[in-house]
Amino acid sequence: MNQKEFMQLVNPFKDRLFRMAKRLLVSTEEAEDATQEVLVKLWNRNETLDEFKSIEAVAMTMTKNYCLDQLKSRRASNLKIVHNNFTDREASLQQKVEDKDTWNWVEKIMNDLPEQQKLIVQMRDIEEMEFEEISTILEMSESAIRTALSRARKTIRETMIKTHHYGIG
Amino acid sequence: MALDRIELLLEKYFEAETTIAEERELKAYFSSENVAPLLEQYKPIFGYATQAKQEQYTATIPLQSKKRITVVWLSVAASVVVLLSVSLFTYNHYNQPKPQDLGSINDPEVAFRETQKALAMISEHVNKGIGSMSYLNEYEQSKDKVFK
Repeated sequence: MNQKEFMQLVNPFKDRLFRMAKRLLVSTEEAEDATQEVLVKLWNRNETLDEFKSIEAVAMTMTKNYCLDQLKSRRASNLKIVHNNFTDREASLQQKVEDKDTWNWVEKIMNDLPEQQKLIVQMRDIEEMEFEEISTILEMSESAIRTALSRARKTIRETMIKTHHYGIG
Repeated sequence: MALDRIELLLEKYFEAETTIAEERELKAYFSSENVAPLLEQYKPIFGYATQAKQEQYTATIPLQSKKRITVVWLSVAASVVVLLSVSLFTYNHYNQPKPQDLGSINDPEVAFRETQKALAMISEHVNKGIGSMSYLNEYEQSKDKVFK
């Protein structure tokens, strides 16, 4: 497989990997690094890629593991870095500002979820993946995923309603 | 869209029992203009999900790493080959096998004759050397004349 073929292979899902990495790592730069790391690892395994049923699922699992490792080592080294993404890369349109503000609330609430719930919400609500795919990537049963997803969605709803009521959002 | 259907879907949504199609239906409803005021609070949840999917990975991926590894191995292999050939050459050059055949003769009589021949050759050469030594006698005589 040459580089061009490889790029064609990963192009449909590389954004997905990046978004998942960003969901876990929060920082855009770190998410980019993680995505790059995973894709290069895949490229180095080039010859054995055909053995996998779904390369996307493999890549998603690799990204998940890589990001969780990163988070673990970050915690282990007792390094507290708060990523706020101060510089917003996209110039937001004026009329979108208000919408974006409430979306940011959702994002913040999602950042406070446990990692597993983050992953599930990311894959289900944002990437619109089937439970079957999610269960292979996370190596969890579908019913466990449903339970976690329901819990996460409810947490988001309750926190949203709270901010809605107090008019903080 | 009927409000009660949306409410039913919402209920299923929070129990995580909706299908992808039903979730898309919800997203479409909440991104439309006429969301019921009662359900306004859910708007950001679905709006965010739609918006978050737009984010893209724009950085380029460096894929040279693998090629670099093969180049490294190639150079390692090449240097090993060079080293081996040089050392083999020098080894062969300085350790050339000495000729083992020394002209041994098994028959004692022939050996005796050959030895005699060789010794005769040696004495002949030695005599030749002695012959040239006779000049030295001249010096000896003149020396005796001077130092009496």
